[in-house]
Amino acid sequence: MLGIIRQKVAGKLNHALNFEQGVGAVALRAFSSSAKQMTVRDALNSALEEEMSADPKVFIMGEEVGEYQGAYKITKGLLDKFGPERVVDTPITEAGFTGIGVGAAYHGLRPVIEFMTFNFSMQAIDHIINSAAKSNYMSSGQISVPIVFRGPNGAAAGVGAQHSQCYAAWYGSCPGLKVLAPYSAEDARGLLKAAIRDPDPVVFLENELLYGESFPVSAETLDSSFCLPIGKAKIEREGKDVTITAYSKMVGFSLQAADILAKEGINAEVINLRSIRPLDRSTINASVRKTNRLVTVEEGFPQHGVGAEICATVVEDSFEYLDAPVERIAGADVPTPYAANIERLAFPQVEDIVRASKRACYRSR
Amino acid sequence: MAQLTHRASALHKSIPAVLFAARGLATASTSPITVETSLPFTGHKIDPPSRSVETSSQELLTFFRDMALMRRMEIAADSLYKAKLIRGFCHLYDGQEAVCVGMEAAINKKDCIITAYRDHCIFLGRGGTLLEAFAELMGRKSGCSKGKGGSMHFYKKEGGFYGGHGIVGAQVPLGCGLAFAQKYSKDESVTFAMYGDGAANQGQLFEALNMAALWDLPAILVCENNHYGMGTAEWRAAKSPAYYKRGDYVPGLKVDGMDVLAVKQACKFAKEHALKNGPIILEMDTYRYHGHSMSDPGSTYRTRDEISGVRQERDPIERVRKLILTHDIATEKELKDTEKEVRKEVDEAIAQAKESPMPDPSELFTNVYVKGLGTEVKLFHYIHLFLSRLLTTIVLEFLL
Repeated sequence: MLGIIRQKVAGKLNHALNFEQGVGAVALRAFSSSAKQMTVRDALNSALEEEMSADPKVFIMGEEVGEYQGAYKITKGLLDKFGPERVVDTPITEAGFTGIGVGAAYHGLRPVIEFMTFNFSMQAIDHIINSAAKSNYMSSGQISVPIVFRGPNGAAAGVGAQHSQCYAAWYGSCPGLKVLAPYSAEDARGLLKAAIRDPDPVVFLENELLYGESFPVSAETLDSSFCLPIGKAKIEREGKDVTITAYSKMVGFSLQAADILAKEGINAEVINLRSIRPLDRSTINASVRKTNRLVTVEEGFPQHGVGAEICATVVEDSFEYLDAPVERIAGADVPTPYAANIERLAFPQVEDIVRASKRACYRSR
Repeated sequence: MAQLTHRASALHKSIPAVLFAARGLATASTSPITVETSLPFTGHKIDPPSRSVETSSQELLTFFRDMALMRRMEIAADSLYKAKLIRGFCHLYDGQEAVCVGMEAAINKKDCIITAYRDHCIFLGRGGTLLEAFAELMGRKSGCSKGKGGSMHFYKKEGGFYGGHGIVGAQVPLGCGLAFAQKYSKDESVTFAMYGDGAANQGQLFEALNMAALWDLPAILVCENNHYGMGTAEWRAAKSPAYYKRGDYVPGLKVDGMDVLAVKQACKFAKEHALKNGPIILEMDTYRYHGHSMSDPGSTYRTRDEISGVRQERDPIERVRKLILTHDIATEKELKDTEKEVRKEVDEAIAQAKESPMPDPSELFTNVYVKGLGTEVKLFHYIHLFLSRLLTTIVLEFLL
């Protein structure tokens, strides 16, 4: 009995901690940590700085990472601190510098390769998959590849069809890769540090529009040894009526949708996937077994998407627990348009998540 | 074709008076013998090294044995493939042995080599064993990649051999990455990134070369020009088949790749250059007797006369045999005995490899990650699901 109360209280406080985004310090008397705010950009920058300080084998390579201070200022200040040997500006040659990064990882260094956006990673995708992901397996453990490929993924605003694709599903389908998608500043710090320390190739999918967003961070998060486990999702908001899974920017939208749903008496559980591969199937299934309804949310194209995999896994493992068909919210099945009104239509909005969740709740067997 | 035979006849004319080493294999000495390469080197934006190569009777005998071993291994692989003990792809190196053997004589195990899929002999040169090679080809546990790689994915990290790559051209940026790491670690070692005339046109090669030149990486790009990219002759694939010049601002050297001493000299020269001045390209003029792979007879795009012509006039093993005999280092019989020994070694390794079992089924899911994650967990998960479903079905069937 006491345990349940303790759990509920902890849940509410957890809820409060993650909910007050950008509103300012919230007095959290129950915790010893202060409610410091940090942008995702600063979170990534600090993570890179700390890992580079801790391990001389870590270096950064990519376009404009050095003198330009980073195309999105993620690597700001690092060239001054670590020098041009460890913060390497490259020509605009993704296939070449990705291959060079993977080769350096073969030899034992720990490269962090930045793609200005993941759209350009397609020029280098052979090296990510065939040279990095598969090497440990093909060599039966002789050649490990401790590399991180990071950069903004998915849509920005008004950048057009060739600059807006989400690659989570593509990379998420490859055995040998680990694929992470942070949402908050805490995610960004913990997951990037974990990725750099990981002995396997990690694809780290950031989001340009999240870089400037602030999130509260605990003292624990700010510690240089802070690390989040790869393969574990986070329940951002506990609920009992419907499970909403999301990653990256869609987590924020899902939390907003959950607020709206709460006013209508629907208590949504929002799961921040954090890890696309390995997918935290046990957390997702446990949640669906509790709520009996599933809505998956992603920005990427619908066919063969992350949501498709989540739906399949839930149907396979928790079929008897479902009270409604699974719902997938994804980007529209079109190349991204430029005009603002139809671009808005091309990506999930809060109202789409609300509508799908209501559908999941009002449908009967 | 006329060009190929002309080069060979030059060999006979150019052997000058030399120091005579002790006779017989048993007393092979290390005292220096100087031999002239059959052809001069041609340089691009660099002064080529001298044609006089220092060697010794011991070294020449080692060259002979090593190349004979590699030749025998590849021919045996041909038979094993036809007997269906080797599956999938099998790209043979016979004819090109002088390139990897000459290279090894100029470098050490801290230097790195990376190549494409014609990798069996290079693997041997880096310290791989015949057993590891044959077992891998036959998909057995004792293979260098425990049977999980196959012909194109041989590795020997402790010997500085980074594979074994199936994607044409990808190994060149990877090799420049190895060189990057060597420079970063202040290793004083170099990387030889090997590729063929077919791969020489790949864009990523030029991307990597540009960066290697910009950052002065100790990378040596070695084009093994066997004149055919699969079935396409070099003149049909490259507007400029002068591969040693394709680096433009990067110096290059053209080398007779059938002359093991020329290869040794060029690699020694290239290593010294790369450590001081950054990348250099070596074009090895070589030849493969087999087709592109075991599914290619190799005769639809070149004449049998051409193949036999090269074998008669430029074979790398015959060249060293003549050198050994001319310098009285060993007798014909002794060399034939070496070849018999080598044959026996290969046969024994094959027999041993055949005894090696195939990998355990559980190996399907190992090494996906360095520390098992995701896949291994899923295996148990699915086995659990399968078993529970099976049990449920059985129980239901029993009840109904």
